[in-house]
Amino acid sequence: MWKWLHPYANPETSYHLVGKLIPWFAVVSGALLTIGLFWGLLFAPPDYQQGDSFRIFYLHVPAASLSMGIYLGMAIAAFCGLVWQLRLAGAAVAAMAPVGAVFTAIALISGAAWGKPMWGTWWIWDARLTSELILLFLYLGVMALNSAFDDKIAAGKSAGILALVGVINLPIIKYSVEWWNTLHQGATVSKLGKPSMTLDMFYPFVFCFLGFAFLSAVIICIRFQSQILQHNVTRPWVKKLVTVEENKHAV
Amino acid sequence: MNPRRKKRLAIISTIVLGLGAVTGLVLYALSQNIDLFYTPSEIHYGKKETGVKPTLGQRLDIGGIVIPGSVIRNADTLEVSFDLGDMKTPTVFTEQDPKVTVQYTGILPDLFREGQGIVAQGMLTDGFIIKATEVLAKHDEEYMPKEIADSAKKKHKNVDYGGN
Repeated sequence: MWKWLHPYANPETSYHLVGKLIPWFAVVSGALLTIGLFWGLLFAPPDYQQGDSFRIFYLHVPAASLSMGIYLGMAIAAFCGLVWQLRLAGAAVAAMAPVGAVFTAIALISGAAWGKPMWGTWWIWDARLTSELILLFLYLGVMALNSAFDDKIAAGKSAGILALVGVINLPIIKYSVEWWNTLHQGATVSKLGKPSMTLDMFYPFVFCFLGFAFLSAVIICIRFQSQILQHNVTRPWVKKLVTVEENKHAV
Repeated sequence: MNPRRKKRLAIISTIVLGLGAVTGLVLYALSQNIDLFYTPSEIHYGKKETGVKPTLGQRLDIGGIVIPGSVIRNADTLEVSFDLGDMKTPTVFTEQDPKVTVQYTGILPDLFREGQGIVAQGMLTDGFIIKATEVLAKHDEEYMPKEIADSAKKKHKNVDYGGN
């Protein structure tokens, strides 16, 4: 297995592999999001209690799940980077952090917009909301550390340690609604067993969730490519790539 | 795996597991303070693990179900008073269930209705009465269309959003 994986530790191979994946991910994401958002926002039945307001679910829940999922991916990359000292892992951490931060911000803002009419408040310091806010600060910390050093390797190392330590926050976010009394309700879909919503509401969610997941994959891949280029500016293959691009634009 | 990698793996795992244990213990010690609210039975009998009861005059948050039939509105002002019971299903309460009366003046959230979960912040006064300064609605994680809710005999009145 290691022999099979080994070529991908080479920046050039990874750069081209990721480049091939991007258009496929983009098409899949566009298709899923078009179906999911139209279905969820226009055709799914309104909730018996919340009416049409519940439709923000189709943005809020995928964003919140992905904010945690991307963090887990980032922490795994950071772990590999620290133990095996892979240069590419640092690039992956740097590629994922801002994307995760944006999804966290979307989850917090859409949650506030949902909370105002339904709960009666934009914000409350309950365990779920507070731990999600800490996740945003962890992302911002990783981004800040990444840009705090001129030396890419030192930057990757310190950002990686923060990313890894912050992984403790993930189970706290996930189980906050079970461990403590919170204003935020329990899990609807991300749990074992049947989702707590009818299937005509659940299917559009599946499309939206996968659509946003592929969308984040597209953005992360593009950022990963640009990180690889930044790490390898002096390499001949990068120079060759640049010359080819320049010639294309010159014509 | 070569020895250097093994050593790094050990160091990093120790740091993460150690910090995880520390965080776990801190949260466990603070668990009482992290709870957003008391439940009516906790106000009557104290917290489950510690038996700590709130004192008179304490500012606190209370969460519970608005007991059906207990909402009394003042016809001229925004004053409203209602009883809270523990969150449970079905929302049927008897005389024996611990109850706390909430008195509030102000606009209630859209989701407020009998049988709904709410969280109120206010001051505990004698006779299990809470003078609330804020009332928030808490909804559960279940979503369903109106027809299904009707056939499942969910005893909620529908919200009238106007329009349509």
